[in-house]
Amino acid sequence: MTRIFRLALAVLGLLACAAQAQSKFPGVGRPATPAEIAAWDIDVRPDFKGLPPGSGSVAKGQEVWEAKCASCHGTFGESNEVFQPIVGGTTAEDIRTGRVKSLATGGEARTTLMKLSTISTLWDYVNRAMPWNAPKSLTTEEVYAVVAYILNLGDIVPGDFVLSDRNIADVQKRLPNRNGTSRRHGLWDVKGQPDVKNVACMSNCATDVKMASALPEYARDSHGDLTVQQRRIGAAAAPPAPQSPQLALAQGKTCTACHGIDKRALGPAFHEVAAKYRGQAGIEARLVEKVKQGGSGSWGAVPMPPQDVSDAEARSLVQWILAGSP
Amino acid sequence: MSKTELPGRIRKAPEGFLDPAQIAKVQSGRRDFLRNAFLAAGAVAAGTAAAQPPKAAGFQGESEILDLPEHSKGLGQPVAARGYGAPSQFESNLQRRESPGLTRVSAASVSFTPLQGLFGIITPNGLHFERHHQGWWDVDPSRHRLMVMGLVKQPKVYTMDDLMRLPSVSRMHFIECGANTGMEWGNVAVPTVQYTHGMLSCCEYTGVPLAALLDDCGFDRAAARYVLAEGADGSGMTRTISIDRVLDDVLVAWAMNGEMLRPENGYPLRLVAPGLQGVSWVKWLRRVEVGDQPWGTKDETLHYVDLMPDGVARQYSSIQECKSVITSPSGGQTLLDKGFHNVTGLAWSGRGRIKRVDVSFDGGRNWRTARLEKPDEPKCLRRFNIGWVWDGGPAILQSRAIDDTGYVQPKINQLRAVRGSRSIYHNNAIQSWKVAEGGEVSNVQAY
Repeated sequence: MTRIFRLALAVLGLLACAAQAQSKFPGVGRPATPAEIAAWDIDVRPDFKGLPPGSGSVAKGQEVWEAKCASCHGTFGESNEVFQPIVGGTTAEDIRTGRVKSLATGGEARTTLMKLSTISTLWDYVNRAMPWNAPKSLTTEEVYAVVAYILNLGDIVPGDFVLSDRNIADVQKRLPNRNGTSRRHGLWDVKGQPDVKNVACMSNCATDVKMASALPEYARDSHGDLTVQQRRIGAAAAPPAPQSPQLALAQGKTCTACHGIDKRALGPAFHEVAAKYRGQAGIEARLVEKVKQGGSGSWGAVPMPPQDVSDAEARSLVQWILAGSP
Repeated sequence: MSKTELPGRIRKAPEGFLDPAQIAKVQSGRRDFLRNAFLAAGAVAAGTAAAQPPKAAGFQGESEILDLPEHSKGLGQPVAARGYGAPSQFESNLQRRESPGLTRVSAASVSFTPLQGLFGIITPNGLHFERHHQGWWDVDPSRHRLMVMGLVKQPKVYTMDDLMRLPSVSRMHFIECGANTGMEWGNVAVPTVQYTHGMLSCCEYTGVPLAALLDDCGFDRAAARYVLAEGADGSGMTRTISIDRVLDDVLVAWAMNGEMLRPENGYPLRLVAPGLQGVSWVKWLRRVEVGDQPWGTKDETLHYVDLMPDGVARQYSSIQECKSVITSPSGGQTLLDKGFHNVTGLAWSGRGRIKRVDVSFDGGRNWRTARLEKPDEPKCLRRFNIGWVWDGGPAILQSRAIDDTGYVQPKINQLRAVRGSRSIYHNNAIQSWKVAEGGEVSNVQAY
């Protein structure tokens, strides 16, 4: 072995030691590949870091919207049925000032466009989380297009607009609430300054205790029978009511993700179904078929997909629903 | 037509809503009345023999003592009859529950922890509150990955096996949704502590400090100012956490209360961000990115922003300030007897430890300092107790916590003076429970 070779070995050994010393936990984890990082690094920052190049038109956005978004959000983004409305409450004056006036003066209703201060947020929202039941399924063009369509519904861009990575910064300058947020408050830093300073008075503090609000009569029953929500030791301890096997089946087959017993969700309430069909000739067989094959149109535009249930399960569910879901 | 006969109303059960004459009977010792009232209300009390009134003439003793029950005379169930144990059948009243009308779809909703029935500070895993934005999943841990990237020398991927080889820590912390008590900014809106304060839980978490992972990837200490935590669920929950929080006490955790996380709480991996509102505790954590600017994500721009009276929304409001609540007696419960009662509750602060809790029985005019239970951990629930002799008259119960920064939990009118009533989030006001002469406890705002 030559001296040079030996020296080289020693240097290599030192390098290896240095590489190992970098990690306190050798053998734990592995380098992420560029393809893996690209697959997961989907966030878009307000300075547009992370925004993929591309474009989408308002017209294309309308197509996507009507096919994939309108059933929850309404054709014009105005729907309050499932989620809070997306469009509404902004004015041309707001676009000029960058402050949505109705946020200061208005009531409870706050639409997405009223609150939106950074356009990157809307792009990222649609891209990562929409459609609600099939998130991350839109193409980059579709995301640009849907965002363009929403902006058009809010009169922020014209109907022939094509939103792209090249003009999105200009759109940011037209957002109605672009100047509407603040980070100057004490709730961001753990050492931040609180808003209010109460004092720990111990005696004769308030001379006149004011009863400002009490639970209104009409709300007393709003959360059901409160006594069965409390531990009941000392009173007659009733054994738990057995749960209906059909309800368990409906939950297991995720029917209840879209149907409430007495509350409408994405689909009609079971009670509504019973009220509509009960007593009709041959209805049981028809509904069994509907559960198995899926359907749409009877209760609005949201379709019910085919359900993975046996004939016997479907029949049991339908009989139970028609009987009022006891 | 009386109110209870209105169509569609839920009939008031007797315990919570006795009329004054009935309550007088109960308080005079006529406990049999209560049992009969339950039977009348349709409670299934199969096998429950009508007990002898304890104070009736010729009273020999209770049948519970005189007649040996089956469990004293027979053979009980074998070990491992239930491979994963469950609470007693008599505890089924304590459930996570939704607040009707709060949300339209149950996959983007909240279920509340029944604080009224819990003891100490640890929340049983099955009763931990839930908040999902696009439903929950039971993720296969062998297929779950965590990626750490951004301003790091070496972006890395970790399996659960990798993470669980690292030096772990176990710490107790509370988690509170920023919207907890949010329904009460304007007026009293909900009846019980489950709905006023039940987006609150507390666990012992086990995991690895996020700082250790950042170090393992060689993060850029000079440039790093924030990290983004991202979930693997459909909502792809993303929250910006400032680097000082990360280097202080943020964990990447896989366990709660001695077992793996529950699916509803992010199995197999979640962020634990002590003191910060629950939304920052990203579930099904798949990615941590180190960066130099906040991300302005959907849940820090469109949701989880606090609207101020002037129309400006506060972004990145994250710290859960000092707060407390009496959990018993609380709304929906009824005091059936005069005399001694243990008044108990919880206190917590996202800025540190609880130093003191005072309790008032007269709506805030006079206060007494409660006993604080152990343990005394930062950013963790603290149980308090105080004895109270109820004289049978009306009372308003309040608790007021003080943390180790000296901050005193505020009154709702003090908060509203600064923040108005539309900010939804971060309502840490003093809670008032009114005890009526009959013993019925209800939710009020008093100051």
